[in-house]
Amino acid sequence: MLEVRGIEASYGDSQVLFGMDLTVGAGEVATLLGRNGMGKTTTVRTILGIMEPHGGEIYFEGARIDGLPSYKVAQSGIGLVPEGRQIFPNLSVRENLIAMARPRRIEGESWTFERVIDLFPALSARLERAGNQLSGGEQQMLAVGRALMTNPNLLILDEATEGLAPLVRTEIWNCLADLKDARQSILVIDKNLEVLTRIADRHHIVEKGRVVWTGTSDELRASGDLQARYLGV
Amino acid sequence: MEFKNPANILTVMVVGLCAVVPFLAPALGEPFYVIVFARIMIWAIAAVSLNLIMGYGGMISFGHAVYLGIGGYTIGILAFHGITSAWVQWPLAISTCALISLIFGAISLRTRGVYFIMITLALAQMVFFLSVSAERYGSDDGLNILARSDFGVSFFDLNDKLTMYYTIFGFLLASVFVSWRLIHSRFGAVIRAAKSNDTRVQAVGLSTYTYRLTAFVIAGVMCGIAGLLQANLENFVSPDMMNWPRSGELIFMVVLGGMSTVFGPVTGAFVFLMLSEILSTWTIHWHVIFGPFLVLLVIFARGGIAGLLTPGRTRE
Repeated sequence: MLEVRGIEASYGDSQVLFGMDLTVGAGEVATLLGRNGMGKTTTVRTILGIMEPHGGEIYFEGARIDGLPSYKVAQSGIGLVPEGRQIFPNLSVRENLIAMARPRRIEGESWTFERVIDLFPALSARLERAGNQLSGGEQQMLAVGRALMTNPNLLILDEATEGLAPLVRTEIWNCLADLKDARQSILVIDKNLEVLTRIADRHHIVEKGRVVWTGTSDELRASGDLQARYLGV
Repeated sequence: MEFKNPANILTVMVVGLCAVVPFLAPALGEPFYVIVFARIMIWAIAAVSLNLIMGYGGMISFGHAVYLGIGGYTIGILAFHGITSAWVQWPLAISTCALISLIFGAISLRTRGVYFIMITLALAQMVFFLSVSAERYGSDDGLNILARSDFGVSFFDLNDKLTMYYTIFGFLLASVFVSWRLIHSRFGAVIRAAKSNDTRVQAVGLSTYTYRLTAFVIAGVMCGIAGLLQANLENFVSPDMMNWPRSGELIFMVVLGGMSTVFGPVTGAFVFLMLSEILSTWTIHWHVIFGPFLVLLVIFARGGIAGLLTPGRTRE
C-alpha cells in the first residue's frame, strides 16, 4: 500500500533523512520507532507532501506521490493525526469533523459524522464547543475523528498519545485495535512499546534518518538488545 | 445567535434605525440624514464583504475598494454610452467585478502576509490610475451619471428616494445574510480553518487556494454591488472611490466593528461614518480628534466594538 524507497530530506542545510525505507501493507498496522530527533516526524511530513524530499521515491497504492502537493497526497487516501493534535481551535467540534469530510474512495463502510461520534461518545456532549475549549484527550479524539472523516485508506498517527492521561491513552489504543479489526491500514509513531507490540504487525526502527531494523512484534519483544540500543528501553 | 448579547442588541438597533430613517429624519427636521444613512449602508455592504476574506479568511486586502470603483464605473461608463437598462448594467457590473476579482485573487493569493497586502494594493492602484488617465470618462474629476439604472417598470424606479433607500437597505440585509450563511456552511468552516492553519487543511486533502479564491471572488462581487449602488445613489463616480485610503477606511470599519463577527462590520461602518459626520460639523480639524480616538479604540478594544460589548469573547 505505502512504499517509501530511499527518501532523503533536509531542513535547509541540515539533512535529516538519509535513505529512509518503509513499507505498510494493506490492512496492516506498522510502526515507526526510535528516539527523539531520529527523523520519524520528518518521514511523515515527507510522505504527506508537507516537505519535499530531494532523493528517493514514495509510492501509494501503486502511484508515485512524492512531489505532489499535500492536499493531493491526502486526496489519494492518506489521513494524518498530527503530532500535537493541531485541531482547528476556531472551529466547533462539529465543524472540525464535517468541514474535512471526504467520501470513501474504495468499497467498505464509510466513516460518517455519526460513526465517529459513536466511536468517541465523549465528543457528543461537546459538539458546539470550539476546538480550543476541549481537554487534551478530547482534542486527541477529535484529531483522530477528523482524520477518519476523510475516509483514509492509510491512517498515520504521529505521537497520538503523547501527553495524554492513562485512561484517554487506553481509549485511543482501544480505538486503534478496533480499526485494525476493521482492516484499516495504519502507520503509528509512538513510544509505547508494550501496546504497540500487541497491536502492530510490523515495526521499523529508525536511527539517524534511516531504518536500521524491520521485524515483527515477536522478534522485537524477543530482542532486549535491540530495544536497549535503539529505543532506550 | 445570542440576542441578549449587548453587541447584537446594538446591531439590531443600528439595523432598526436604518429601517426607519426615511420617516424619522424628515420628522425630526433632519432630512439630510436619509442620504447619510444610505451612504453608511453602502459602506457597510463593502465592509461586510471585506470581513468575509479578512476577518474569517485572514486575507488582509489593502485594495478592496477597487471593486467599489469597478462596480460604480461599469454603471457610469454604460450610462455615458446611453445604456441605462438595469438588466444590462447590473449583470455586467457584477460579472466585471467577478472577473477582475478572479484575476486579482489568482495572482495575489499565491502570496501570504505582507506580500499579499502589497500585491492587492498594487493591483488596486493600477485600476485607480487607469481611471485617472481615462479622460473620456472624466479622469480625476469623475464622471456624472445623467440617468439612474432603469428597471423598465413603474413600480420600481430608483429615482424615487424611498425605492433607492430601501433597495440599498435590502442589499445590506442580503449581504449580512449571505455572509452569515457562508460562514456557517462547510465552505466557511474550511476558510476559517485555513486562517488558523493552512498547512493542516491541505494535509487533510483540501486545496485552500481554491477555497480562498472562491471567497475572494464572492467578496469582490459583494463589494461591486455596493459600488453600483453608490453610483446610482450619488449619480456620480470618481477615481477617489477606489483609491487606497478608501481601502484603508474599509479595513478600519471592519476592525472597529469587530473582525470575524457577522454584524461587526455594519456597526463599524455606522460608528466610523457617523463619528466623522458629527465631528466634521464641530470643527474643520476633526481628524485631530478622530485619529487618536480610533488608535485608542484599537489599543483598548482589541475585538472592536463587538469585543468591547461581549465580555469573554475570543477573537478568531
